Amino acid sequence: MATTYKAIATVTLSSGGAASIDFTSIPQIYTDLVLKISGRLSTNDNYYSMKINGSLVNFSNRSLLGNGSTAGSENWVDNYNIIAERADSTANTFGNAEVYIPNYAGSANKSLSIDSVTENNATGAICFLNASLWAGTAAITALGIRNITGGNIAQHSTATLYGIKNS
Amino acid sequence: MTHKLVVDCSTGVTTEVELTAEEIAQREADAVAFAAIKAAEKAAAEAKAEAKASAEAKLAALGLTAEEIAALNK
Repeated sequence: MATTYKAIATVTLSSGGAASIDFTSIPQIYTDLVLKISGRLSTNDNYYSMKINGSLVNFSNRSLLGNGSTAGSENWVDNYNIIAERADSTANTFGNAEVYIPNYAGSANKSLSIDSVTENNATGAICFLNASLWAGTAAITALGIRNITGGNIAQHSTATLYGIKNS
Repeated sequence: MTHKLVVDCSTGVTTEVELTAEEIAQREADAVAFAAIKAAEKAAAEAKAEAKASAEAKLAALGLTAEEIAALNK
């Protein structure tokens, strides 16, 4: 790992999980941000929704998805662009995701490179790649994920926010 | 009560915060909207599959072989 890669904060969910994980007061001293998630949901769907600076809107995505039976691509608009393991997946498995946000402190719209996979030990496992955009010019000071289906992010899920400097 | 986990990156302090009534309402509305989107996607996929099967049956009735029908799908 590059020496400029610094863990800003990390969290592991305890018993019962939580509806969302929100990183706030993100320092503005880095060039890029990386959010890494190992996660499972309490409900039988795969999607986190993303929140930037408290906003759930102004997201657009270009996606590639494979799920064990079909593969496809799509241009679409919404904020559920990361996948997690679902509750009925193989026990004790967790999906993995990485969200890379370059120039998060700048004044241009924010691009996001998101890759996420499930670890379900079955034919129905998912790989989901997104080139996304959040149309907001404010510097990112808060970043959150939550279970889109109204349940919780499950116990033992972890999220770590990294800052990356370009020198 | 449902809570969220808030991580203050300036202090490193993690706090469990109960959702406000507004946040709960937003969460429920988003879940309903998401379910509607997924139901529409499922219905569209099923309709597409049914149309494909119907078309293949009609082609077979015209005398095309399974190999010839498969070749049309490529």
